[in-house]
Amino acid sequence: MTRYIDTEQTAGDFYTHNFAKKAQEGTLILNLGPQHPSTHGVLRVVVEMDGEYVLRAEPILGYLHRMHEKMAEVKTAAQFIPNMGRVDYLHAMAWNWAFVGAVEKIAGIEVPERAEYVRVITCELNRISSHLLWWGAYLLDLGAFTPIMYAFDDREKLLDALQVPTGSRLTYSYFRIGGVAQDLNDDCLGRIRAFIPWLRSRMPMYKDLVTDNIILRKRIEDIGVIEPELCRRYGATGPVARGSGINYDVRRNEPYGIYSKFDFDIPTSELKCARGRYDVRMAEIEQSLRIIEQALEMMPEGDVLVKGAPKPSWKVPAGESYFAVEGARGKIGVYVVSDGGKNLYRTKLRAPGFCNLSLFGEVSRGTILADAVAILGSLDMVIPEIDR
Amino acid sequence: MPAEFIHILIALAVVAASVGALGLVMVWVERKVAGHIQRRPGPFEVGPNGLLQPFCDALKLVGKQLFMPNGADPILFWLAPVLSFLPVLVLFLPLPLGDGIMAQNMNLGLLLILAFSGLSVLALLLGGWASNNKYGLLGAARGVAQSVAYEIPLLLAVLAVSFQAGSLNLAEVVKGQGTWPWQWNIMTQPLAFLIYLVSALGETNRAPFDLPEAESELTAGFHTEYSGMGFGLFFLAEYANMAVVCAVATVLFLGGWHGPILPGPLWFVLKVSLLLLLMVFLRWTYPRVRFDQLLNINWKWLLPLAVANLLLTAFFVKFAQYVVVK
Repeated sequence: MTRYIDTEQTAGDFYTHNFAKKAQEGTLILNLGPQHPSTHGVLRVVVEMDGEYVLRAEPILGYLHRMHEKMAEVKTAAQFIPNMGRVDYLHAMAWNWAFVGAVEKIAGIEVPERAEYVRVITCELNRISSHLLWWGAYLLDLGAFTPIMYAFDDREKLLDALQVPTGSRLTYSYFRIGGVAQDLNDDCLGRIRAFIPWLRSRMPMYKDLVTDNIILRKRIEDIGVIEPELCRRYGATGPVARGSGINYDVRRNEPYGIYSKFDFDIPTSELKCARGRYDVRMAEIEQSLRIIEQALEMMPEGDVLVKGAPKPSWKVPAGESYFAVEGARGKIGVYVVSDGGKNLYRTKLRAPGFCNLSLFGEVSRGTILADAVAILGSLDMVIPEIDR
Repeated sequence: MPAEFIHILIALAVVAASVGALGLVMVWVERKVAGHIQRRPGPFEVGPNGLLQPFCDALKLVGKQLFMPNGADPILFWLAPVLSFLPVLVLFLPLPLGDGIMAQNMNLGLLLILAFSGLSVLALLLGGWASNNKYGLLGAARGVAQSVAYEIPLLLAVLAVSFQAGSLNLAEVVKGQGTWPWQWNIMTQPLAFLIYLVSALGETNRAPFDLPEAESELTAGFHTEYSGMGFGLFFLAEYANMAVVCAVATVLFLGGWHGPILPGPLWFVLKVSLLLLLMVFLRWTYPRVRFDQLLNINWKWLLPLAVANLLLTAFFVKFAQYVVVK
């Protein structure tokens, strides 16, 4: 038996070994990440390449696993809310809402009406900030350095507004079981009211300067085509599914909170390619602005936290519930089981990014490396959410 | 003969010094312009308006440890940055700054520039190949394909001008043009100018054609593994190459030192600076093209256009000669 030592075969860890065994001859195993400029965090993708072409790609997770689900078993429900801000740091409000909603469902707590409006406003603002950040970072992936600065400039105004009631700028733990922590004061409302026309005035500029740019269009059109069938198979939701023409939005299909009161569209695109997902997200920013506008107008006076709201040591009554909300990346689901004890018995988090990322191996096959990066960016992943 | 030799030595020393100074200025300009394009002030803390920032950057680069990855080829690895920088010095020799102001007047100045600028791709290939890094290798492969492809339309565009001027001597080409913009070659060769500009971006690996170092795909491409001055030399060579292609564009298309009122060298520097600014603007405005698109632009558009332009120019030049002789 001859044994030969090939650096290609012996270098790397379990994953690369496992991967290399199946490799064809004359191909290159490239390890993208966990530290790589376009994996946005610590995603690792092992890619088998033939020249510039991707033959196989396999995302590898686990570099940012923080055991959120296990932590839920050792904390009381109220103590677990700060964790939710850290699952998906870009759309922390939606995760807040998903968990709080699930617990409220078990306990049968009715949230005051004003709190419902505050939840909608903050959640939609947070969605805009998430989409803006995605937009800037995606263009950075494509080699345009400037848009991210403009996106951050807009986002900054938004964070300033959200900072007033929440006290934080990124990992919000603003929602409470039975309402929200603080009312939106005049300072915050003024900032939000000023932000809406400001962002509306900027969006046409972004369209003219960036979206209609021929280089960008050539980079994102017709790459990463995801068929609706594939989306369904992998459970993709959010802009990824809507970019493939699937009209599914939790806010519309399984309305929660007071979303059924608002008049807004669910943007979809029939393009199915990265451009479709891009268009959907850009259109969603406008729809979120519409929702916020209506919510600001319709918002009643009153409390934002239910009377006799649960204390931190409050025990969730026995039972189980599932609550889903629409996050910036798709359907966020939280499944909670309580046995009536001090802590929750089990909490399962359904992260949309996980399903969206699982498409990647299939979609990126046969593309060139630059396209694979562009596809990865168009899926809009937040790695902490995927790893949890 | 010794006098000639000393002359060249002095010229090389002056060129080396000015390339260093140029690098420092360009670093500051690039960062400052980028800052203002991105709605931020750019370097601000060191010196007035951050003017001393490039010195700090340079000191930092010099002071950093020179690191070589395991399994890299030591000779080739360290040869590459030097090789990328050295030819640049030669490139500045035949450039006429003003009437009679040039390091070395030579008949084949244009040819020299084209020949030596081709060497930079060798450095890029060596750097990527020798660093035993897959990103470096991919970057090098891209760099070679790109430079080889873009050299052809560049050459053809340049040839059209030298057909018209009847000389490969850069000073002669400038003398063939007049004081005012409508007497410059850009008026007779607008297509060649455009082709030259696009190819020059490709040749110098500047965005939107910065594929060999595409940072979001290849981390840093061919210079991924270089630290300290190894990286610094690549960096300096990039800026020097930019200055060279802009200077050649000025000489060939924009009338070189010609211009009203102001003295010649000032005009020359002004024109070069404007072209450099244009390159900086492009970098901070556009996304990167994809590799196959990059090559398609070259083979499907630039090359046929350049050939057609060259043939037309040759025809008209001959035709004019025929008419004059008759």
